[in-house]
Amino acid sequence: MRKLLKYLTKNYMKETVLAPLFKCIEAVFELFVPLVVAGIIDGGIGSGDKGYVIKMCIVLVGLGLAGLAFSITAQFFAAKAATGFAKTVGNALFRHIQTLSHTDLDTLGTSTLITRMTSDLNQTQTGVNMTLRLLLRSPFIVFGAMIMAFTIDVDSALIFAAAIPVLSVVVFGIMLAGMPLYGKVRTGLDRLLSRTRENLNGSRVVRAFCIEDKETSAFRAENDVLTADQLTAGRISALMNPLTFALINLAIIVLIWVGALRVDSGILTQGQVVALYNYMSQILVELIKLASLIITITKAAACGKRIQSVLESGEGMTGGTETDGFTGYKYAVEFRNVSLKYSNAGDESLSGISFTAEKGSVIGIIGGTGSGKSSLVNLIPRFYDPTSGDIYINGINAKDYTLDALRSKIGVVPQKAVLFKGTIRENMQWRDGNASDEEIMHAIEIAQAKDIIDKKKHGLDCEVAQGGSNFSGGQRQRLTIARAIVGSPEILILDDSASALDFATDAALRKALRSLENTTVFIVSQRTGSIMHADKIIVLDDGQAAGIGTHSELLESCPVYREIYESQFRREGGETA
Amino acid sequence: MKNKSTLRKVLRYIKRYILLMILSMLLAALTVAGSLYIPIIIGRTIDLIISAGKVDLAAISGLLLQTGAVAGVTALLQWLMNAINNRIAFDVVRDIRNDAFRKIEELPLSYLDTASTGDIVSRVISDADQFADGLLLGFSQLFTGIVTILGTLVFMLMLDAWITLAVVVLTPVSLLVARFISGKTYSMFRLRSETLGEQTSLIDEIIGNEKTVKAFCREDESIEKFEEINERLEKCSLRATFFSSLTNPTTRFVNSMVYAAVALFGALAVIDRGASGGITVGELSCFLSYANQYTKPFNEISGVVTELQNAFACAARLFELIEEPSEQPDPQDAYVLTDAKGAVKAENVSFSYVPDRKLIENFSIDIKPGQKTAIVGPTGCGKTTFINLLMRFYDVTGGCISADGHDIRQITRKSLRSSYGMVLQETRLISGTIRDNIIMGKPDATEEEVVSAAKASHAHSFIKRLPQGYDTVIGEDGGSLSQGQKQLLCITRIMLCRPPMLILDEATSSIDTRTELKIQDAFAKLMKGRTSFIVAHRLSTIRDADVILVMNNGSIIEQGTHDELLARGGFYASLYNSQFDSVS
Repeated sequence: MRKLLKYLTKNYMKETVLAPLFKCIEAVFELFVPLVVAGIIDGGIGSGDKGYVIKMCIVLVGLGLAGLAFSITAQFFAAKAATGFAKTVGNALFRHIQTLSHTDLDTLGTSTLITRMTSDLNQTQTGVNMTLRLLLRSPFIVFGAMIMAFTIDVDSALIFAAAIPVLSVVVFGIMLAGMPLYGKVRTGLDRLLSRTRENLNGSRVVRAFCIEDKETSAFRAENDVLTADQLTAGRISALMNPLTFALINLAIIVLIWVGALRVDSGILTQGQVVALYNYMSQILVELIKLASLIITITKAAACGKRIQSVLESGEGMTGGTETDGFTGYKYAVEFRNVSLKYSNAGDESLSGISFTAEKGSVIGIIGGTGSGKSSLVNLIPRFYDPTSGDIYINGINAKDYTLDALRSKIGVVPQKAVLFKGTIRENMQWRDGNASDEEIMHAIEIAQAKDIIDKKKHGLDCEVAQGGSNFSGGQRQRLTIARAIVGSPEILILDDSASALDFATDAALRKALRSLENTTVFIVSQRTGSIMHADKIIVLDDGQAAGIGTHSELLESCPVYREIYESQFRREGGETA
Repeated sequence: MKNKSTLRKVLRYIKRYILLMILSMLLAALTVAGSLYIPIIIGRTIDLIISAGKVDLAAISGLLLQTGAVAGVTALLQWLMNAINNRIAFDVVRDIRNDAFRKIEELPLSYLDTASTGDIVSRVISDADQFADGLLLGFSQLFTGIVTILGTLVFMLMLDAWITLAVVVLTPVSLLVARFISGKTYSMFRLRSETLGEQTSLIDEIIGNEKTVKAFCREDESIEKFEEINERLEKCSLRATFFSSLTNPTTRFVNSMVYAAVALFGALAVIDRGASGGITVGELSCFLSYANQYTKPFNEISGVVTELQNAFACAARLFELIEEPSEQPDPQDAYVLTDAKGAVKAENVSFSYVPDRKLIENFSIDIKPGQKTAIVGPTGCGKTTFINLLMRFYDVTGGCISADGHDIRQITRKSLRSSYGMVLQETRLISGTIRDNIIMGKPDATEEEVVSAAKASHAHSFIKRLPQGYDTVIGEDGGSLSQGQKQLLCITRIMLCRPPMLILDEATSSIDTRTELKIQDAFAKLMKGRTSFIVAHRLSTIRDADVILVMNNGSIIEQGTHDELLARGGFYASLYNSQFDSVS
């Protein structure tokens, strides 16, 4: 949290100091009010001087006006500091997230990052705003009232000095006792939420197994627990008002009794007793405000901490200085004894993989679910670094390239086909911002996506909704393939990217990809049909290379490949095409 | 209008707690009376403290004891009131939530399939929560606020009518100011939430797909876009925050004007005392503390009213869900299907999800007990719809489906559905242990039964490797299990409860082809003697079916065994061969 505050003090120092300062000045005006009223009683009423009374009331109006002016100024500074703070932190956070590596993203989790960028940041902004406005003001009034009481009469003021600590203990004690209980309530709510969601998403399963009644009674039991927790938490915070009320009144009783004795002996006047009484009432009001403020601040501080932890997280990934590699080198990609173990994983996802990919060749990668296919291709653009072994691109270790240079050599079509808000043209220019319409259309033709553009009235200017939701899965998949081809990448990776395409389109796509002469293509698939014509096929089984070779070689030598092939092409008489 | 009927519905729930309600109001009235009475006693005490030597200590000690007693009792009553309010609010919301959840279990699937899950969840969770907050605030502040205002007025009138008038005239000014400001800031807040929405969807899009962004080195462009929106957000956020934060200082200013007016008129009345009524110094101090108390509930109430409006909007959304019509209940004399033999017959069945778009028409089949029926056809041809009809997730719009000779609408849903074992392409697991998920259909299964079911479905080996084996807790919807593993668990469920009829809708679609082959054997054993329905993309898995129904556009276009259909050289044959075309 302290490190986050740096963003506040560095850029908005003036506002951060002035806002509470002006608030305190306003509080001073407020503190003068009981004194003025004491003056009215002792100076005006005592001597029957109406002129004095009117003069004093004008002073009251003046104090109100001055207070208004100072407090508006303070509100402005507080709002400025808080919104500015949120902006700077937001920018820093977004920038930081852009530097995170894939490993960092996996550990942090996308949904957490999004809530931290949105609701956590908002809560922090509110917290800063309220803190600047009120955190100093309330204690200032409490202690100010006490000090004013001391200026009136030291002995009576000692009652203040005794009452304030007791009240603080009560207020903070109740809050501290309540906080963990509210945490419990949150957890209970989360439980209800997940059960509700489960029953909605799994309505068919719930009904097919006739467990409606069982689920309903489970929900009721959880709901009862939640209600009980809410009541316990509520019972504690229900103490706050009655206790402070009783304590303040107790203090007032003592105060007036002491005051009466001292007036009797001629040390105090009647007006001064009224003033002391008023100060005590002011303290009550402020303490209640302070309590609710502190809840807001604790929440904001918790959110701030969550933001801070993201800012401090992540090792990122650093690149080297190389940009091109050896020109004319035979192999576009070489794996030398590469192993990969994800952080927090028990076992290696890839172990001891070695192979070479000649420039312009097509490499197929096949294997069962979880065999490591995606992990293998993710190493090429350094989304992850191998735990041991090395990868060479154009004869140079992948780690020696700058990240930008490395990744701009590679076109990636991820499994999840997402497009981004904007026009189709904008989406197609992701790899190459200057790509001409001809280049884009060429890529679109290779990706078998021409009919999509032809059907749209605005062609490349057609708007894409967020995530590409206005296109079907198959259309999105073909467009993401086109996006990766624009700008003729040296290496093209299709990570199970043709799953939504029918057999004919898939075949046409593979044929068209062959025309990219200078591009080395990696095709990851579960379908033997998609990779059997590749120049080299890598068969993965549990992270190990079970076989590397051409289709006919592997049918001979690799039992895993043969099993996969036969499970997909089991035909009468066992004939293969 | 709408608010009124929502209020009536809320009252229906509150009615159960009517005694507590009455008690709460009574306590509120007493609490307010107590806290208003204290300044009067204090005022009287102050009047007894005149100057040196002129202080009636005996009387003062009596009055102060009285103050203490009143304060003590008031505090106690206030605590009781708070506790009762908590109880009413949380119990009412618990009841509403229970009803809402029960409704979810009773809603027809046609509703659930079209409604958004997130929306319903937010109704049951956050709307209910906000409603509880609003209800609590309403009970604790609205009622006491109103009683305080009325009580203060009465007490003030008893002291002095003119000063009271001054207070009554001035106070609403603060309300007007507050209303004026919130009216002005409304558009600023709307702009702010629009900009915030724009920013959130950018964050969602970019960070949600951060890996793609990185793959294309688009980090800088994204930052640029984000910072542009963020800059705009700061500007409109500043305006909205600042202008809305004017409310407090200005209402406080109005209040201090009220205070000054009371001080002025009050002091003058004290000086003129004797001639025509007038007041004492103690009464003036009492007036001043009333002036503070009187304006406070006004500010609070305007806050509470907005909060209550919000709470009622939330309640209305909850009631909307609760009042949604349920699935038609089973008829009184419905047949209970036990040990089904598995004769399934469809006669002239027609069905459509939307009235004007027929999906299934004139659909008739007659399946003998123990037959294995496969259903194939292109996407959207009605395969899954047919399954929905078999299980009565949806009811036919025309014709009739019967099981063992009974119209399935005359069979209890429970007995019909538990006669079927179902594995769908879309796997659903519940949070709990692996075992909980397996024994769903047979809660009293023994350990041996569970393990042998898991072995049959080839799930045992991966379950064994999990940290706590069968007792491993998996999160919502399977947590870290892969799609294929989840599907294996769903198959295990069926292997365990072995119902008389089976429905397998793309049951092995996420399992790699090698494991699939192994499971097929287990399925073959399970299906022996059981009526089964199989939907599959991979035609190799259905070749040995007793009858294959080829569907297109909602009707059966071909029907027969694999060999018959191939020999016919029709739609099925071309579908079957297309799988191999790409090879040749």
